[in-house]
Amino acid sequence: MSKKWTVLAVPVISVLLGLLAGAIIMIASGNNPAAGYMALWNGAFGDSFYTGETLRQMTPYIFAGLAVAFAFRTGLFNIGVEGQLLVGWLASVWVGVAFVDLPKVIHLPLAISAGALAGALWGFIPGFLKARLRVHEVIVTIMMNYTALHVTNHFIRNVISDGSDATDVVNETASLRSPFLENITDFSSLHNGIYLAVIAAIIMWFMLEKTTLGYELRAVGYNQHASEYAGMNVNRNIILSMVISGAFAGIGGSMQGLGTFGNMFINSGFSGIGFDGIAVALLGGNTAIGVVLAALLFGALKVGSLNMPIESGVPNELVEIVIALIIFFVASSYMITWLLSRFKKKEAK
Amino acid sequence: MDTLTIIALIVSSSLFAATPLIFTALGGVFSEKSGVVNIGLEGLMIIGAFTAIVFNLTFDTTFGSATPWVALLAAMLAGGLLSLLHGVASIAFRADQVVSGVAINFLALGLSLFLVKLIYDKGQTDMIDSRFIKKDIPILSDIPVIGDIFFSGIATPTIWAFIIAFVSWFVLYKTPFGLRLRSVGEHPMAADTMGVNVAKTRYIAVFISGLLGGLGGAVYAQSISLDFSHATITGQGFMALAAMIFGKWHPLGAMGAAIFFGFAQSLSIVGSSIPFLDSIPAVYLLIAPYVLTILALAGFIGRADAPKASGTPYIKGNR
Repeated sequence: MSKKWTVLAVPVISVLLGLLAGAIIMIASGNNPAAGYMALWNGAFGDSFYTGETLRQMTPYIFAGLAVAFAFRTGLFNIGVEGQLLVGWLASVWVGVAFVDLPKVIHLPLAISAGALAGALWGFIPGFLKARLRVHEVIVTIMMNYTALHVTNHFIRNVISDGSDATDVVNETASLRSPFLENITDFSSLHNGIYLAVIAAIIMWFMLEKTTLGYELRAVGYNQHASEYAGMNVNRNIILSMVISGAFAGIGGSMQGLGTFGNMFINSGFSGIGFDGIAVALLGGNTAIGVVLAALLFGALKVGSLNMPIESGVPNELVEIVIALIIFFVASSYMITWLLSRFKKKEAK
Repeated sequence: MDTLTIIALIVSSSLFAATPLIFTALGGVFSEKSGVVNIGLEGLMIIGAFTAIVFNLTFDTTFGSATPWVALLAAMLAGGLLSLLHGVASIAFRADQVVSGVAINFLALGLSLFLVKLIYDKGQTDMIDSRFIKKDIPILSDIPVIGDIFFSGIATPTIWAFIIAFVSWFVLYKTPFGLRLRSVGEHPMAADTMGVNVAKTRYIAVFISGLLGGLGGAVYAQSISLDFSHATITGQGFMALAAMIFGKWHPLGAMGAAIFFGFAQSLSIVGSSIPFLDSIPAVYLLIAPYVLTILALAGFIGRADAPKASGTPYIKGNR
């Protein structure tokens, strides 16, 4: 079996196995899997409203997925996307609220840049600690997530607003809302962010595959020692990778703040987008195009699941189980490739 | 409030908050000492909390006042079983252990909420009746000053947490099994050469971490949250992970760190009623455990080094 084929086979088989397991769980709990999945499909693509919601959910997933994937290609595991997304969300909403009477061409990019900058800063800290002190980035980013959660909540309540649980809605000049997209999708919450997400995916592909910087980043991911020997500055590349990854995540937060919700509110727990981004990146094989496709799948699963209890009586948490199992199967790809190679050997005989 | 009452209140609520963290952090120590990273501690706590609450609600009439204790056993078993899934992925299937741990967290939350809706037809369970409560320890609490501070208002699981921490230390550092477990985590090939079964040892270690993680979640659910919903366990597992690192992968260190984090947590809650502390914004106390962990890792509070083979699957014959 050619290597290219295996690269495609693992995610596809993982998704199928995940859905199969979901069907078995539905049967075991006395539900009809066909009705359950039909409801899921209708809830994701049933009409233009649901399609709009799916695309809207896909938007931050693309950014979160790109963030995880970008760091992964440099050999770094950025679990901190969730925290970077939260600070990005806060920063862009803050800029969106604070400035009035700016023209849209300045205000909107400014607000998004603020989100990117905040996320980049949140990514810089683990990157710096990794590069300089060899501290494992996984633990630092997890701790940064919780720090972000409490810090953003504190800012919302005590700095931006006066003890209230949510910020004001961002000014029209910083908003990503699009009357056109809302009209064609029957007034879903789809906003202009979807265009930016696709552009971001192209930028990531170009940056990694077509520039010297991307080449260096990937080289560091493959083999740090060889890269060092070849004269690359490994430490600088590690920091840079985390900063860029954090910036992607931060813009993902801007999408929530300037588009989906229009403000930010006290979060008692995580939004989950950052953690789902890990699943998106893994399933997408850490490539730009893969991330976009995986984000579409997870967006559809998430949005569609809300329709499951209504139409088929299946609790929507079933989809969480399916997603968990998909990650599990992708992570255990050694098993899948091993089975595939066994299968092939038998055929050859 | 006089100073003594304040100190007694802080100590009592710190230990109360620290107890689930101690159990779970000890679970993390076992797993990581054997070379398997366990980000899934959060998920193990979730499944433990879920099992304990459901068990408690279902069998309350059968077991009476012993219900929370029997529920702990059920929760431990559930945690152990879920951790075996992590074990299979990271030991047999050579999965990225961090990714597998993330999957465990997703799975635990999804599965338990799915089952809650299936069983109770709503998003969260009822409150339990039989729970762990703070009690005064007989005799010891009568000692003046010390008795008031350390032996009043202590829940029984807290005492067990201390006992299990010392037992864990003894098992890991004073028994042949502990030596094997640690050697598998430091240098699996050398251990394999000496005839230690690497895979088996790691499975046992991961299973123990599941038992303790489930226990931690169950204690939390039955002493603090008292019901189960999506918001029951939000980060306690990761805080336990932080405690394990802050404690430098040592059972007693992890216990100390967990108590310290419990202290920070309880200060953020009771702090508003204490003069002097009420002027400090709660956010500093809330983020203290996490910031301190980062500082500890960065070497500002003594170097913390993970077991050498932590995170890498052992493949026979590879060098």
